Amino acid sequence: MTQGAPGPDVALLDYEMSNLRSVGKALERLGARVRVAARPSEAVGCDCIVLPGVGRFGAAMERLSDHGFTGMLRDEAAAGTPVLGICLGLQLLFDESEESPDTPGLGLIGGRVERLRTDRKVPHIGWSEVTWAPGSALAPPDGGPAERTYYFVHSYVCVPTDPGDTLGTAVHGTPFVAAAGRGSVSGLQFHPEKSSTAGLALLGRWLESVRAGMAVTT
Amino acid sequence: MIRVIPCLDVDRGRVVKGVNFIDIRDAGDPVELAARYDAAGADELVFLDITATHEERDTIINLVERTAEEVFIPFTIGGGLRTEDDIRAVLAAGADKISLNSAAVRDPDLVERAAMRFGDQCIVVAIDAKRRADGSGWEVYLAGGRVETGLEAVAWASEAVRRGAGELLVTSMDRDGTQAGFDIDLLAAITDATTVPVIASGGAGTLEHFAQAVTHGHADAVLAASVFHDGVYTVGEVKAAMARDGVAVRR
Repeated sequence: MTQGAPGPDVALLDYEMSNLRSVGKALERLGARVRVAARPSEAVGCDCIVLPGVGRFGAAMERLSDHGFTGMLRDEAAAGTPVLGICLGLQLLFDESEESPDTPGLGLIGGRVERLRTDRKVPHIGWSEVTWAPGSALAPPDGGPAERTYYFVHSYVCVPTDPGDTLGTAVHGTPFVAAAGRGSVSGLQFHPEKSSTAGLALLGRWLESVRAGMAVTT
Repeated sequence: MIRVIPCLDVDRGRVVKGVNFIDIRDAGDPVELAARYDAAGADELVFLDITATHEERDTIINLVERTAEEVFIPFTIGGGLRTEDDIRAVLAAGADKISLNSAAVRDPDLVERAAMRFGDQCIVVAIDAKRRADGSGWEVYLAGGRVETGLEAVAWASEAVRRGAGELLVTSMDRDGTQAGFDIDLLAAITDATTVPVIASGGAGTLEHFAQAVTHGHADAVLAASVFHDGVYTVGEVKAAMARDGVAVRR
C-alpha cells in the first residue's frame, strides 16, 4: 500500500449527498489528514479538496449551494487548489447535465454530462478497466490490468468540450470518460475508495501529486 | 466484467458457517473475513444478516461501520430490513447497497420509496424462487422457503425493477445447497425480462458452473457461499476458470 509522508490536509466536503465514511477512511489510511467540512469556514487552509457525491445532479448542486460550497470551489480552483471529484462529484465539475437540465454545474471543466447511451445495462455497475492518457499523474506507473481496473456505479457520463481534458476512458458497450481534469481540478467517474488496492493506489498518487504541488493534468 | 461475490451469513454480528482461510485470527469476525476476501480478489461482498430479532440491529450497524472503515470494495447488507429508517441507518453506516427480500414482497411500495430516496443503484431486490410443479414458471418464497407468496418470479422481478430495484439477486431454491449448478433457465428468464444487473445465486458446485451462469443464464455477477467458505475453491480459481471460458473478470 502506498504510504507517503503525513498529510496533506484534505477538506472532505459534506453536503449530505454521499456517504463520506469510506472516502475519508481510504484517505486516512494513505496518511492524509481528513477534515470533514460542512461549510467553507471548516475548509479554510486545507491543501486540497475532495468532492464526493451520490445521487441526482440537480439535488446535489442545490445542496452544494446551500452549504456555500459553489463559490468556494470556484475560488479555490481559480487559486490552484487541487480538487478531486468522485462519481457525481466529477459530474458536478462540468457546465451542465442532461439529468437536471435547469441546474447549472460548477463549470470548472468545460462540457456537459449526458445519459450513458449503450446497448448494455444501465446503471453501469461493476469493474471496468481504464485506459489512462499518456503522462497523466493519476495513471499507474506499471502493473497489470488489475491495477487499472476500478469500480463504477453510474448512469451518466461526462463529455468534456476539450478532448484534452479527458484523463482516462473506459468501455461499457461504448467508450466513455472515466476521468477528467483541467488545471488543478480533476475527477473520477469510478469509486477509488471502493476499488480495492488499485483504487487506494490511485488516491495515493493523487495525494502524492498534491504533496508535490503539481497540477494533475496531462 | 463479471463480478464474483462471496456471501457471508452473519448472526448477531458473527459469521456463521465455517470459513476456511489459512492463518486467520478469528474465523467468526466478519470484518477480518471481508478483508481476506478483498485481498483474494472478491469484487464485492454480501452480508446476509440472519439475526432473528429486531433488537439486534445495532450489532449489524456496528459491523457495517467497521467494514466500511477497513474494507475497500463494495458491500451489500441484506436480511431484516423492513423500513426506510432501517435502510437509511445501514447506508449511513457505510453500506454501499441494501438488499430487500420479504419486506419488498410484503410492501412493494417500499422498493419505490427507497429507490426514490436513496437511488436505484443501492436497492437490490433478492428473490428466492422454486420451479412450480405445473410448469407455470417459478414460485417466489420467503423465510428460507417456509412461506409461499403466490408470486411468479419472472413477473415479480419485472415489477421490482419497474418500482426501482437497481439490481436483482436471484437464488434458486431448487439448486441452493445441491452444488448441481445455477438454475440457468430461471436466470435466463429473469435476465431476458429485465434491464438491471442480475446476480446469480444458488447451486455453484464446480468451476464450470460460474461461467455457465453468465454464458447461458446471462447473469452479470455470480454469488456463492459454501464453495468459498469451505475452501473448495478460491475466488482466484473461480475467476481463472471463468476467464478460460471466455468470461471477462477482474484479475
